[in-house]
Amino acid sequence: MKYMLLIYGNEALFESIPEETLAEVIRDTDALHAELRASGEFVGAWGVADQAQAKTVRLEDGAPAVTDGPYLEAKEYLGSFDIVDCDSLERALEIAARVPFARIGPVEVRPLMSESAPEV
Amino acid sequence: MRADTGTEDLLRRLAPQVLGALVRRYGHFDACEDAVQEALLAASVQWPHQGRPDDPRAWLITVAARRLTDQLRSDEARRRREDTTAARAPDRALVAAAAEEGHPGEQDDTLRLLFMCCHPALSPPSQLALTLRAVGGLTTAEIARAFLVPEPTMAQRISRAKQRIRAEGASFDLPEGEHADRLDVVLHALYLMFNEGYVASSGPDLQRHDLTVEAIRLTRAVRDLLPGDGEVAGLLALMLLTDARRAARSGPDGGLVPLTDQDRSRWDREAIDEGVALISHTLASTARLGPYQLQAAIAAVHDEAPTAEATDWPQIVALYELLERVSANPMARLNHAVAVAMVTGPQAGLDLLATLDDDSRIAGHHRLAAVRAHLHEMTGDRAAALAGYRDAARGTTSAPEQRYLLARAARMAGERSEDPDTP
Repeated sequence: MKYMLLIYGNEALFESIPEETLAEVIRDTDALHAELRASGEFVGAWGVADQAQAKTVRLEDGAPAVTDGPYLEAKEYLGSFDIVDCDSLERALEIAARVPFARIGPVEVRPLMSESAPEV
Repeated sequence: MRADTGTEDLLRRLAPQVLGALVRRYGHFDACEDAVQEALLAASVQWPHQGRPDDPRAWLITVAARRLTDQLRSDEARRRREDTTAARAPDRALVAAAAEEGHPGEQDDTLRLLFMCCHPALSPPSQLALTLRAVGGLTTAEIARAFLVPEPTMAQRISRAKQRIRAEGASFDLPEGEHADRLDVVLHALYLMFNEGYVASSGPDLQRHDLTVEAIRLTRAVRDLLPGDGEVAGLLALMLLTDARRAARSGPDGGLVPLTDQDRSRWDREAIDEGVALISHTLASTARLGPYQLQAAIAAVHDEAPTAEATDWPQIVALYELLERVSANPMARLNHAVAVAMVTGPQAGLDLLATLDDDSRIAGHHRLAAVRAHLHEMTGDRAAALAGYRDAARGTTSAPEQRYLLARAARMAGERSEDPDTP
């Protein structure tokens, strides 16, 4: 079962992280990813570029119209996400608690939809 | 990369025989498994160019054994360098070897391999991955594609599974008393493998369809090994009778089509005939009536009905009653309730579902909401049906099922707004 672990934050939160803590979080994140690779549970991990770089596309009368900025004007925004493939929700929650960023802010866990049959 | 399907089929068929011969001779399941994969790879590269050897099986055993002894020797040298004490003799090997060069044991070996790969210490996903590689002869890349994970991730998963088996001290020869229990685990793993791949029949899902094909192929192999076992036959029949509906099961948009709406002319008659013959023969002679046989019998009743209306629902109800007696399972009761609704009416089905409300295994499950919604739809209570379908859609993680439930909910919402009696 695949789960997405999403890290949210806001400007104030991200900017308040001391340099040494940031370095530690990055180092520990690399270590966690290596561990998940070794356990056969790692699918991928991506950082999302700053929302200053976000574009939003809408169709207006069938023609695409592009605006700068994210769709949701929220204070909290997506910073990065991991995808893991593990045996149970309990295990996904355990991994989420070990995401180094969890020391700073919340980690949201979402099951991913699959194309498998519900059951025969 | 395997060059042609003829070679590929042959290699997949020979893989467990070669591995079985090696493990029997040398022990070291994990090292043997690596060696066999290397031999399969070598064959897939060399045979298309240099021609297939006269005895492909012997060729593979020779190449794999050479790889294995090289590996064991270098491990041994390293151990000596590291100055560890346990100087393990590299050969239970030579003792057993020459005598059994013939093939009589190979069939049993395949079964032993299955028992090993489906070791209860492994999680079901690990059992599937290891079974596909060690018994199915698939490459790690193929298995990774089927499960939609990166290849290194799958390689690690398989390697960890093998380490786990070694740590458990699993022996190639299973104690006689554990046979039946382990067979249940094997059948469950094959059932999960089948289910994992049982999706739409086109596009990007094709590679996952390989899992159904493999599951059927492996279950056939188990059936060849244990022709007298009713549950093995039942599982094979269930797979054949279910897979027979594949083409009709999804619409052009990939959406699920429920059994009652399927175009039965698109069902695979040959698979149905084989499945029906198999389950009929099995039920007539079985010593162990089990859930796979009963589910196959139910599938057979559906598959033999020329139209949905002609379905022999009373017989299906009777089979579900038996199924619940053989293995009380809330999922079976859901389908039982649908069958009861078809015979006695939707309210009787709803009453049966009400017995599940206190069952913690299923009380909050989306499938209960979905079946209840279906029965509410039958009674004409569209508001309750709409709410139930939406609830169920929120609860599933299967995309095809969610699309189906949302479409159903949309139909209820549409009919409701067109209905002048609805306030």
